[in-house]
Amino acid sequence: MALSVNIQKRLGGFHLEVQFETEEGVLALLGASGCGKSVTLRCIAGIMTPDEGRIELDGVTLFDSAARINLPPQRRRTGYLFQQYALFPNMTVRQNIAAVIQNRACRHARTGDLLRRFCLEDAAELRPRQLSGGQQQRAALARILAAEPRAILLDEPLSALDSFLKRQLELELAETLEHFQGTALWVSHDREEVFRNCRQVCLIDRGRSQGIRTLEDLLRHPDTEAAARLSGCENLVDVLPAGTTVQIPSWGVTLDCGRPVPEYIRLAGIRAQHLLPAKPETRNAFSCRVDRAIRDMFSTVVLLRPTDAAPGAPPLRMELDRTVWEVLPHEAGLTVSVAPENILFLRKA
Amino acid sequence: MDWYPLYNSIRIAAISTAAVFFLGIFAAHAAAKLPQLAKGVLDVVLTLPLVLPPTVVGWLLLMLLGPRRPLGEWFQRVFGLRLVMTWWSAVFAAVVVAFPLMYRTARGAFESFDMTLIEAGQTLSLSNTYLFWRVQMPCCRQGILAGTVLSFARALGEYGATSMIAGYTPGRTATISTTVYQLWRTGDDSGAMRWVLVNIALSALFLLALNLLETRQQSEKKGGGG
Repeated sequence: MALSVNIQKRLGGFHLEVQFETEEGVLALLGASGCGKSVTLRCIAGIMTPDEGRIELDGVTLFDSAARINLPPQRRRTGYLFQQYALFPNMTVRQNIAAVIQNRACRHARTGDLLRRFCLEDAAELRPRQLSGGQQQRAALARILAAEPRAILLDEPLSALDSFLKRQLELELAETLEHFQGTALWVSHDREEVFRNCRQVCLIDRGRSQGIRTLEDLLRHPDTEAAARLSGCENLVDVLPAGTTVQIPSWGVTLDCGRPVPEYIRLAGIRAQHLLPAKPETRNAFSCRVDRAIRDMFSTVVLLRPTDAAPGAPPLRMELDRTVWEVLPHEAGLTVSVAPENILFLRKA
Repeated sequence: MDWYPLYNSIRIAAISTAAVFFLGIFAAHAAAKLPQLAKGVLDVVLTLPLVLPPTVVGWLLLMLLGPRRPLGEWFQRVFGLRLVMTWWSAVFAAVVVAFPLMYRTARGAFESFDMTLIEAGQTLSLSNTYLFWRVQMPCCRQGILAGTVLSFARALGEYGATSMIAGYTPGRTATISTTVYQLWRTGDDSGAMRWVLVNIALSALFLLALNLLETRQQSEKKGGGG
């Protein structure tokens, strides 16, 4: 049970170059909108054709430009969950599922089983437009499983939903994938959704894949600008390495990193949660003016401007628990610090 | 009253509508897959008969199918069939003028059709033929039915090209529209009046059918009948 993808495709001025290999389980493809995640999925499913490369699923070559192999989507056995589910509007739920079961002998029984398993028995005779969002997703999943796919491809499965429904459907989707024996690709631009549902991730940045890693690793050690952004690191700043410290000209500070800084490093990242209010004598403390405080539901995001900042430099973002911020004196400015180990060294993309 | 023109008109319209139904859908389906430039060119060529004067269409058809023209002569030699001045000559005229209506309405329906349904079906191992006839056509049903009814109505009302290619022979090539002209020309106003009323009744019937069709579709969409 494995999927191996190594493809290239040009689309106008956009160049896609994606390479990864994965075993059974759920792999996330994480990237900003328009980075080529969906195109990658469509190439795997056979709805789009790459210019060059090779795609192999469970030992079957789906596409190989060198050997001139390009299986039609019908023979690839990849179940594709579209954002809008793509249920046939002219058929009932039962007909939608039954239509994809090729074996006439067991069509009736298998349809019944799937309807039961996805709690769709009461909705079996309804048309897709009469279903709730949850029922639509379940019907689409049941229809995909009816086709007995070797891999399931999820194209931003939850991004069109409002947040309450989203949580509910996310649970149902995760449960279905848990029981699925095969590879699943979960395409998303939402890191939290990916963190909750996948263990491994392949980042895609402007058409380039960046190799597979665990989400834990991505969160703790993002190594590139794109990885830092996608893992939610808010403060990215140009630096000059100097031994075990970095100079940050735009903030007018030098920070101790507690470890040698590689010579080639020109960019550093600090998470908003890793900037903390501090006493002036703390290591890596520097004073700031408070530009603005943005109150969220449970936290407050504070925009800070270092006292010696270069003019026009973007503000720093600090995120605090709301209750902490509300009792913190900050009228005359604020001294903040960052622990040396929380300064991330990043390669520029 | 001799009812031959009514029978002939309906026969011609029915045959040409059947032909135009498949030709138009096929052309619309093919055009949807073409690159932008080719689609634009094809579009102009296929829609031209809609805006050309019927006499121009008639003249072009005569140039193509006339007894001393290559195609007409070939048919005459091989099948012993004359292509002009017979009742079925009018079918050629009706097909040409009705085709753009079918083509354009079908194309409009196909263009507003959500192609992800086809893509989803392909990944579910459903054949392209199945997807076309069982998913795309039912979803585009309204547009295609409208195109069919419009084509029929246009074929029924065809006069200009028909009169040039089929002429007016009572009991052989006479249609309602050529009969009205002939009766008026010979001063038989009451005869012309009868056929005018027949024509109006027939057309009204068709438009009524079209409207009923549309309201049924709408109520189906709203009420969501199972």
